[in-house]
Amino acid sequence: MTTAIAFRDLTLGYDRHPAVHHLQTEIGTGSLTAVVGPNGAGKSTLLKGVIGALSPLGGSVIFGGLNRDDIAFLPQQADIDRSFPLTVLDLVAMGLWREIGAFGGLGRKQKPRVEAAVAAVGLTGFETRPIGSLSGGQMQRALFARLLLQDAQLVLLDEPFAAIDARTMADLIAVIEGWHEEGRTVLTVLHDYDMVRAHFPRTLLLARELVAHGPTHEVLTAENQFRARQMCEACDGPPHVCGRSAA
Amino acid sequence: MIWDAVFQPFADFGFMRRALLGCIAISVGATPVGVFLMLRRMSLTGDAMAHAILPGAAVGYLVSGLSLGAMTVGGLIAGMAVALLSGFVTRVTALREDASLAAFYLISLALGVLIVSTRGSNVDLMHVLFGTVLALDDAALILLCAFASLSVLVLALLFRPLVLECADPQFLRSVSGLSAVTHFTFLALVVMNLVGGFHALGTLMAVGIMILPAAAARFWAAGIGGLVLTAIIIAMVSSLTGLLLSYHYSLPSGPAIILVAGIAYGVSLVFGPVGGLIAQALPRRDFEV
Repeated sequence: MTTAIAFRDLTLGYDRHPAVHHLQTEIGTGSLTAVVGPNGAGKSTLLKGVIGALSPLGGSVIFGGLNRDDIAFLPQQADIDRSFPLTVLDLVAMGLWREIGAFGGLGRKQKPRVEAAVAAVGLTGFETRPIGSLSGGQMQRALFARLLLQDAQLVLLDEPFAAIDARTMADLIAVIEGWHEEGRTVLTVLHDYDMVRAHFPRTLLLARELVAHGPTHEVLTAENQFRARQMCEACDGPPHVCGRSAA
Repeated sequence: MIWDAVFQPFADFGFMRRALLGCIAISVGATPVGVFLMLRRMSLTGDAMAHAILPGAAVGYLVSGLSLGAMTVGGLIAGMAVALLSGFVTRVTALREDASLAAFYLISLALGVLIVSTRGSNVDLMHVLFGTVLALDDAALILLCAFASLSVLVLALLFRPLVLECADPQFLRSVSGLSAVTHFTFLALVVMNLVGGFHALGTLMAVGIMILPAAAARFWAAGIGGLVLTAIIIAMVSSLTGLLLSYHYSLPSGPAIILVAGIAYGVSLVFGPVGGLIAQALPRRDFEV
């Protein structure tokens, strides 16, 4: 398996306080990987480091033959201002950024594709609704429609199933598994270990440092989970300045 | 009757026509920027920046008297310096942007009042703080129209990244490197419009024509295009009405214009169909699934 992302002694953090320490591992091309760990383990920080929203304090993220255009990112819903006056169609159409850029308009070719993406996530009829009027599940469907339009080789999802209903969850898992079957690399931050066991072949267990990475049944052992909890007891305090030098 | 009340002042007096044209230019240029300030929850940032341009304008005044060019350049430098310094402090220290901006604008405001008070007169201070919309000359009008044109052009170019920067900044960072450029260009637009506005309405009132129509428009329109258009119309009508009230009742023009915009906000708050008080109190006629 070739490498989609290689983390080389990666340290990420805020205000010079590391939240992810000296991460050294690789994500294989076409893999479906869950990123799990206790609260404050650095899971979302890791995704921000991958998309470039956060510059490494040390080490690097290396992409195997991928560039920025090959990455699609689903932020946490809390990071989106839903009071902003955007319609569902406006939001979904942003997925065509790489084609239309900052200044281009939606042409005759693109409009049917936007409508098809809206239909694929079951939101037909909601096109002109403001995003502020959507439920949590409907909003997540709209964000998945945007991801579909991005048509990226590497898909990063930050807590895609937070506060959504079971039916929406099942529909969206089907979308994720579809991406996996198409050979795309998917990296998903999750909290629900049962769901990870059921749908994600590989898992990266993080507790500010790497605890384990590999096949899910080998990673999500009682021993590793206990170790992660122990390591993250330190996570409950304020983040400390890393004293370990780069390898 | 209507001719005497509404049209006669503008037909008879050049200074009224100039004031109206200046206010229309400010309405077209500054109000759309105000809409985005409001949508980004940065309305008070506009207020802080309005205070921040004072020392630059004051130094311009000290160097060249009531010179349009010197005060404009001084205001632009002071405003951009405060915007960039507060952004820099936010990025390299633990202080949040609102606190660093407040610190810099308060220093800037104190410095400005000190400069004007020690070297100028109270009349000069009043000119800078409250503007002289009835004394706009050709050069000032050209400046206001140029700023308005540039502002509309830049906002049109920046529209999509700015919408994303407001609604979903993480997504913008994932698809483009325009995030920081968008943020600082937008702040530059805020400063430029405030500097243009202070020639007519003063540093303290310039932000009023930027924010009040935008806040009022929120109760009439749901989409961004509708918000911008409604805000511009409210700003223009407030300017026209304020100037006429000022003319007929001998009121200071700047405050009259801003107070009319304030009344428009109050009326919108009560009667606006999009989340206004009455609209919220009425039973919903339909329920969409």
